[in-house]
Amino acid sequence: MSEASPDAAWLAAALAAARPRVLAALLRVFRDLDIAEEAFQEASLRALRTWPRTGPPRDVAAWLILVGRNSALDGKRRLAHLTPLPPDDAGSGDALSNLDDAETPLVEEIDAQAYRDDILRLLFICCHPDLPATQQIALALRVVSGLTVARIARAFLVSEAAMEQRLTRAKARIARSPVPYGAPGPAERTERLAAVSAMLYLVFNAGYSAATGSERAALCDEAIRLGRLLLRLFGTDPEVMGLLALMLLQHARAPARFDADGEIILLEDQDRGLWRGPMIAEGLALVDKAIRHRAPGPYQVQAAIAALHARATRPQDTDWAGIDALYATLERMQPSPVVTLNRAVATAKVGGPAAGLALVEALAGPLGGYFHFHGLRGALLMQLGRHPEAREAMGRAIALAGTPAEAAHIRRQLDRMVAADAEKN
Amino acid sequence: MLYAILCYKDEDVVAAWSEAEEAAVMDRLGRVHEDLERQGKLGPSLRLLPTTAATTLRKASEPPLVIDGPFAETKEQLLGFYVVEVADLDEALRVARDLAAANPGGAYELRPVLLYNPDPRPTRGGPR
Repeated sequence: MSEASPDAAWLAAALAAARPRVLAALLRVFRDLDIAEEAFQEASLRALRTWPRTGPPRDVAAWLILVGRNSALDGKRRLAHLTPLPPDDAGSGDALSNLDDAETPLVEEIDAQAYRDDILRLLFICCHPDLPATQQIALALRVVSGLTVARIARAFLVSEAAMEQRLTRAKARIARSPVPYGAPGPAERTERLAAVSAMLYLVFNAGYSAATGSERAALCDEAIRLGRLLLRLFGTDPEVMGLLALMLLQHARAPARFDADGEIILLEDQDRGLWRGPMIAEGLALVDKAIRHRAPGPYQVQAAIAALHARATRPQDTDWAGIDALYATLERMQPSPVVTLNRAVATAKVGGPAAGLALVEALAGPLGGYFHFHGLRGALLMQLGRHPEAREAMGRAIALAGTPAEAAHIRRQLDRMVAADAEKN
Repeated sequence: MLYAILCYKDEDVVAAWSEAEEAAVMDRLGRVHEDLERQGKLGPSLRLLPTTAATTLRKASEPPLVIDGPFAETKEQLLGFYVVEVADLDEALRVARDLAAANPGGAYELRPVLLYNPDPRPTRGGPR
């Protein structure tokens, strides 16, 4: 493709890539999310009209910020959605893209630190603690990623009207609380970074549970894109490296995680040849970078666990002792029964099903209503030959399954066990 | 005469490509590669992982300083590169430090390789 006359795909990609930076700068100028979004929209329209003829500007983001700011400052254009758009050749964009020098003062104005805090703020307002997780995710996808309401609605299997309403409510909630526009102090910046990291991982997990190729699975790509953005802003933060590595290493397995009927394929049964090599390479490189900092955190430890799985070319090559030790570290950092349950899988591989079951049994209180608790307990009981108890545990797992695929997976195990028992008798 | 052709592009834009767009670009490049290969003109080629995966060893100081991220200075120029096969970043940094000891000043940017096409020519190596 020629840089002089960018094609539609290049334009769309360039606008999507520039969106977080541009919107973040416009939000700082206007301190109003709706005005900032409208200004970005207007700048994008002008870009689509002028760039195919004039070629893209040297600095795409600076061009969009300047045009967006001017269009929003112009009272007439603020009402652009009520009046016909100006003729194609009358936009300020034409003059601009012919005049590269116009960008320079603005570029200098955007000091690197302010730019970093701008984007962090934009991400941070999407993770308001009063907003439930699903609204945080929807808001980030709409505001930061620029996904259409229709697409987000399809990803969450709700109507477009319902999603529109959800987003409007979320934005109203944000508008009521003061957004901190001043430059954050170091402690505040760390807090924001932690909240934003957690929100990105929510976006990722919303996509992770869905089958490859679905609207929802695309959320994983979006979370990874934002993770790369975050790492570019906080290039020396090992937890940001860990978060991006974790998402890449998990998403690398996506093509192997579901069979043709949409049923889950367990890690040890997956065709590892289907794993995405480039994502694994990037994830492993980031884990290496993070480890050098000797400042472990929960994302790094989870990424290190995913890295040990990714490094095993066959299931029997998996370093289960290493995984067991990493889960023990994670338990100390983030004590949680679910972490202990995950550790029990590794413990059972290293020390046998009885050792794993001992960890599992202690979790009956907090996890008694959890599908994976009964699923793992059933599998370990089965390995120990305690079939009646295993059958009961698997029955409870099926009753608690969140998706048909989860239930089907346990049912297959149960059927195999029952068939084996019938053969013996 | 051997020429190295260095590829520059906005990595944010490349990362925003859909799988179909990515495949279309690789397909178009593949046809050019095939043609060059038939003419015996194609040497090794490679594609790097994003700059977020980069680590830089600044060798102007002693000992050299390891910095997260790509090499960002503009007063030095790109003068060459190595491709090394190593177990991990630590080993790559050991190699870079050895090179730095032999040739101090400037920096090495360590970038993991995403895709490596070895030299397809029957007679490999330097200028003939």
